[in-house]
Amino acid sequence: MNTKVQIAGVELKNPVMTASGTFGSGEEYSEFVDLGRLGAVVTKGVASVPWPGNPTPRVAETYGGMLNAIGLQNPGIDVFCSRDIPFLRQYDTKIVVNVCGRSKEDYCEVVERLGHEPVDLLEINISCPNVKEGGIAFGQDPKAVEEITSAVKRVARQPVIMKLSPNVTDIAEMARAAEAGGADALSLINTLTGMKIDVERRVFALANKTGGLSGPAIRPVAVRMVYQTAQAVGIPIIGMGGIATAEDALEFILAGATAVAVGSANFRNPGATVEIIEGIEDYMARHGVEDLGTLIGAVH
Amino acid sequence: MKIKETCTVIIQERIAGDVYSLWLQTEKIASQARPGQFVSLYSSDGRRLLPRPISLCEIDGARGRLRLVYRVVGKGTKEFSGLSRGDTLDVLGPLGNGFPMEEAAGKKIFLIGGGIGIPPMLAAAQALAGNKEDRLLVMGYRDELFLDKELAASGNLYVATEDGSAGVKGNVLDAIRRHGLAADMIFACGPRPMLRAVHEYAVDRNITCYISMEERMACGVGACLGCVCNSTKVDDHSRVHNKRVCKDGPVFLSTEVEL
Repeated sequence: MNTKVQIAGVELKNPVMTASGTFGSGEEYSEFVDLGRLGAVVTKGVASVPWPGNPTPRVAETYGGMLNAIGLQNPGIDVFCSRDIPFLRQYDTKIVVNVCGRSKEDYCEVVERLGHEPVDLLEINISCPNVKEGGIAFGQDPKAVEEITSAVKRVARQPVIMKLSPNVTDIAEMARAAEAGGADALSLINTLTGMKIDVERRVFALANKTGGLSGPAIRPVAVRMVYQTAQAVGIPIIGMGGIATAEDALEFILAGATAVAVGSANFRNPGATVEIIEGIEDYMARHGVEDLGTLIGAVH
Repeated sequence: MKIKETCTVIIQERIAGDVYSLWLQTEKIASQARPGQFVSLYSSDGRRLLPRPISLCEIDGARGRLRLVYRVVGKGTKEFSGLSRGDTLDVLGPLGNGFPMEEAAGKKIFLIGGGIGIPPMLAAAQALAGNKEDRLLVMGYRDELFLDKELAASGNLYVATEDGSAGVKGNVLDAIRRHGLAADMIFACGPRPMLRAVHEYAVDRNITCYISMEERMACGVGACLGCVCNSTKVDDHSRVHNKRVCKDGPVFLSTEVEL
């Protein structure tokens, strides 16, 4: 049975990755899962300098999901390179570094710096709904998407994945813009902008008022967007949004995703990633699937 | 080592208003747990994604048992309150750092709890060795008392109630003043205004004060950065003025966090 998949020339042992921001740099979850079992670990977004993030409360549970407004808190690229990358390199897994910034220059600075580090892929976050500058501002205008993609591609030494926002009218248009800018792959979806109000106390549940919705509640939206994107572009897609089981992951693969990422499901079940890998293997055995690649986009 | 396991309910009872006491049989968690740590409880309903962090009220490591005393505040805790003997529940733990019990050895100590911050102080009181007279348990309630018998058995208990229905009318500091109490060190858990007042009391008297903090959590293990509190100095892990309540805490020196 072959569960290997390729993203821009990088071979993953299986299609299951972690979703940025839900898994730190892997250390906290290494107590529960063997990181060497994962196709890749995608790190929490890192910027050129440390960011303090948003005030608390930063998280709130919603029906079948959760809102977060962490605000891209991160320790900055220096500490990330000296502490987090060496930690992850101990494991036989691919490292995908999620990059965030407030300006084109910010993104490029981090990407250039990572050019000399032993990381396999870069994921550019142009879709965070929780910061005022940067993030989603780049991800909602096709011209800006193309521009930032080509700027990053000019300085990147690793393949570049652009992480797209679902908070747009036409996801295919954004996907085509990223492809035109030279993106090697796409990941989608980031969280959907949402809001929760505590009616007893008459306050917003999050200090930031709005936050990003994730979890099983958003999965049908994500599957639809992955499908539409797969019809629109030729580059590989990493699908995510509410994946909690192998069945969920397979939905994305059948819709056209080459790989998948598990996000808030880690919070409910720290062993979710490995259970999903095992579940995909069971499915392949049950259906006599020799090569996972034959399932990618098989429903169209 | 953190463990996720399915635990069995030994007994559950309502001990005051909306406050419940739940004894759980664990396989490994209890034997590794320390006072001041917490566990995450998972709803059996997949619509409720996030675990609920609950402090440890009593730890019986030898028999693998944990006592959790919690307040019903929403649908998740409401679900837990409906569990009875023999029911099972997924639990992750032990989580967080716990109180520095070694540092308290041989000292006269205040254990100060307010509201649903009272339960973890019982675990701390039970674990402290030495003279019972050296453990000054100062507990602030809104009205109805709970855990008072257990607390009185593990130290000298002083009670304050907001409505004056028991003990001193007022807050925990009113009780300390009224009884003319003094100690060399403080462990405290309770609402933010209480922690702030206790911190100021400790600074005025130049005594070491550890407080247990609370914040909305998601992962409970330090990965998601949902539950940070502001630190007075740049934190070594985050490299900003933030500490993770779930992993770096929940117990902090009162001087290292912004209250």
